[in-house]
Amino acid sequence: MSLLHSYVKVRARERGRALPRATVRHIHLAEAPMVFVPLRLAGEAAAPLAAMVGTDPLHPTLLVVPQPRNRDLRFQFLADLGAVLLPYIDRISRQVETVEAKTPFDRCLDAPQIVVPSAGGVEFTAKLGRSSRFRRTTGPYAVEPAVPMLGRWLTFLAEQSEFAGSSLMVAMTDLLTAHWVTGQSAPEDGDLAALLGWIDPPDGMTGPEAAALADDPLTPPAGPDTHPEFDRQELQKAIEHYDVTGSTDQVEQALHGQLRPTWDRMWQAIGLLAALKESPGATARWERDRVHVAMHRAWIDGGGLPQGKRDSAVAAAKRLARLEAAQQSFEATRAFDDPLVMAEYRADGVAFAGEVVAVDLTRRIVPPGGKREVPRPLVTIETSDPVRLGRGKKVRSPSRPRQSATITAISEKIITVQIDDGMGRGAQPAEGSVPGVGTVICYTELDPGESRRAPLPPREETPWTHGGPPPEYVPTDDDAMEPWS
Amino acid sequence: MNRLDGIRGGTPGQDHNARSIAALAANPACDRRAILDAAAIDKPLLMKRLRFDDRWGQSPFAIQRNQQFTDLVKANGAAHLLRLLRELLDLPIEEAGYVNLEDVGGHEGHLARHGHTRRVIKQTAEGLGRATILDRPLLRLDVAGAQVYLEPDVIAFQLGGMFHIVAIKSFAILDDQADTPKVSAAAREAAVYVHALRDVVGRDLVSHDVILVCPKDFTNAPTATTVDVRHQLVTLARQLSRLTRIDALLDRLPEGFSLDLETLSSGEIEAAVAAIPARYAPQCLSACELSHLCRKEAHLNEQVDALGRIVRDDLGGIESVTTALRVATPGEPVADDQAEIAERLRHVARIYDEAVA
Repeated sequence: MSLLHSYVKVRARERGRALPRATVRHIHLAEAPMVFVPLRLAGEAAAPLAAMVGTDPLHPTLLVVPQPRNRDLRFQFLADLGAVLLPYIDRISRQVETVEAKTPFDRCLDAPQIVVPSAGGVEFTAKLGRSSRFRRTTGPYAVEPAVPMLGRWLTFLAEQSEFAGSSLMVAMTDLLTAHWVTGQSAPEDGDLAALLGWIDPPDGMTGPEAAALADDPLTPPAGPDTHPEFDRQELQKAIEHYDVTGSTDQVEQALHGQLRPTWDRMWQAIGLLAALKESPGATARWERDRVHVAMHRAWIDGGGLPQGKRDSAVAAAKRLARLEAAQQSFEATRAFDDPLVMAEYRADGVAFAGEVVAVDLTRRIVPPGGKREVPRPLVTIETSDPVRLGRGKKVRSPSRPRQSATITAISEKIITVQIDDGMGRGAQPAEGSVPGVGTVICYTELDPGESRRAPLPPREETPWTHGGPPPEYVPTDDDAMEPWS
Repeated sequence: MNRLDGIRGGTPGQDHNARSIAALAANPACDRRAILDAAAIDKPLLMKRLRFDDRWGQSPFAIQRNQQFTDLVKANGAAHLLRLLRELLDLPIEEAGYVNLEDVGGHEGHLARHGHTRRVIKQTAEGLGRATILDRPLLRLDVAGAQVYLEPDVIAFQLGGMFHIVAIKSFAILDDQADTPKVSAAAREAAVYVHALRDVVGRDLVSHDVILVCPKDFTNAPTATTVDVRHQLVTLARQLSRLTRIDALLDRLPEGFSLDLETLSSGEIEAAVAAIPARYAPQCLSACELSHLCRKEAHLNEQVDALGRIVRDDLGGIESVTTALRVATPGEPVADDQAEIAERLRHVARIYDEAVA
């Protein structure tokens, strides 16, 4: 968040319509995204109630649990969900290419993409994964083979969604707020209907008018929680009807009515995002997503165990380091790809832009620790941005991402940077390798490259401070038979 | 009949509970909520009379689940609870007395019930060293000078003269982890009970470690943990002390001010509510039944507050949307104390327009 963001919010409020926060799309949108709108039973940790799922906007698959307290019906629901999701995941993840590198690695040609309405949907998906991945397909409490397999993939996808910029499993409200600014507060933006009302209101309506409809009793929430009034008026009766007659008609009809509006909004939102051009960074991150899917595919096919309940110390530290690296790289890349995102950093003083007013191409110095004189030209920029960077700060420019520079002098409106590399091997900087007078250029402390981090020990060398080497995790019969009531 | 009962008129009053105290204390500057709560106005009914959608009710499934779980924990003289306490506090409790404080032999009034609670608690505190489970105590709290009763959905457990508050919640603890917002909410509520119980038996006799009983993983089996609510207690005490004295608020209302939901028309109710100043922020949406009404009002007044705390802080003192946009426009006159923010806003307005174009 930045002053710029706050200002745009105020402006959107006054205008009665959302304003752009990005000029390009910072996530990859799959050719056939799988939209998944799950609902859960109120008061339960992970009791699925219904879901609308599919890749065809006109023909969603509706799955319901006609009596959510019945454990067998819950597992039947998961098996049915598996029958929709697993063929989709399998078909895509089995097409693999080998990337030539120092250590060649596999990468899927494409990857599955699951889109849920909100962060709550991702969280619920993770819980569904947790409740199903340890189940056994033989012995007591046996379930269909699709159930534990689905659980493993849902867990994988939900875990990947924690990495900034991953497009494998995404929450629509997060995507929309990353690309538009509404005139309502952040908690209100968490409601898909209200958010979409601001961004793309129906003809003849303003944003706030359309958003107000989201509070109308007739607009069902986007889940995973249902409206208490719906539970009381409709769902309870429909479930009783099923208990008495064994017919699922009423339950299906009631839940269809709750899910379909959200389903349609999901596709409306996908249409809005698809209209934006994809940023180069998003394409690069999708490549990495495809590598991760290939790795997980290979792990499953190679007989690997399901994900443990908790990370070991080393695994947790590694995961945290990767999460931080992904976050930093995502933030920087987004700003480098998009002047509108960079503007937020400029408003906060960690980036600045302006015209080059002077260049000293002939300057040569002996760098600290060096022996020979090398060219270190100076570029002076005039800016009206409120810069908060200090002398000695390493900076980079989106227009020359591979070249690093250092701030050498800074005063009101005038900043001088020294170009450090990327000028060729000659005694003079190569032609065009230093920005010329009159060029408009932006510099920032953000660095899209992934920084190197201290290596972490392998698990068998976990230090005693962290409990020593953990025992290998093997799912037990207890895990498989865990009661679910 | 005191002034507060007069405001409520013939409509039945609404008991406070820990959640409502916590919500009130979270927004101490809101006169509207302070008065409505002190007068025990039925806020959901008020919103219904003004034709706002009621999203506050609990789902029957959630209520049923909660009831089921609570019954299970309390069954057979709270046998489950006793086992959990034994393991958690590592105490050699062989048995414990179980007193349901709801039974007062026909005396239904709050005062009688509260008196009964006090007596039993005092007796227990002086007790014979016997462990005792006190179910559904009716506690009383001084809120802004008004005495409010807390609807009892809690258990107090006493051993060796020391009391613990036990909160039974039906959200799951999954792989030893629970939903953070739910745990925080439970801790805030439990802190209210600790605070109120300390009023009865004294500060040192009520532990700041409350016992949270929740279902384990996906099962119904209860598991217990202690939650340290010292932080919540300090916050609560500070916020309660910041609440304006209710007398002072009442003095600002016109003579004969009424909010009787049974006799007033919806137009009159709306006018009466509007007469009490509110302090709306988006956090209210998850804490106060009136929030939709106050939000509508805040937006009509173009309040920057309604866009969230970050926007309000960023705009440093500018209160209305129109003012913010005016000072962001070059050439518009600006007050001295807004010169700095105006300059920054003009800069962001310019770079935003450049980047969008």
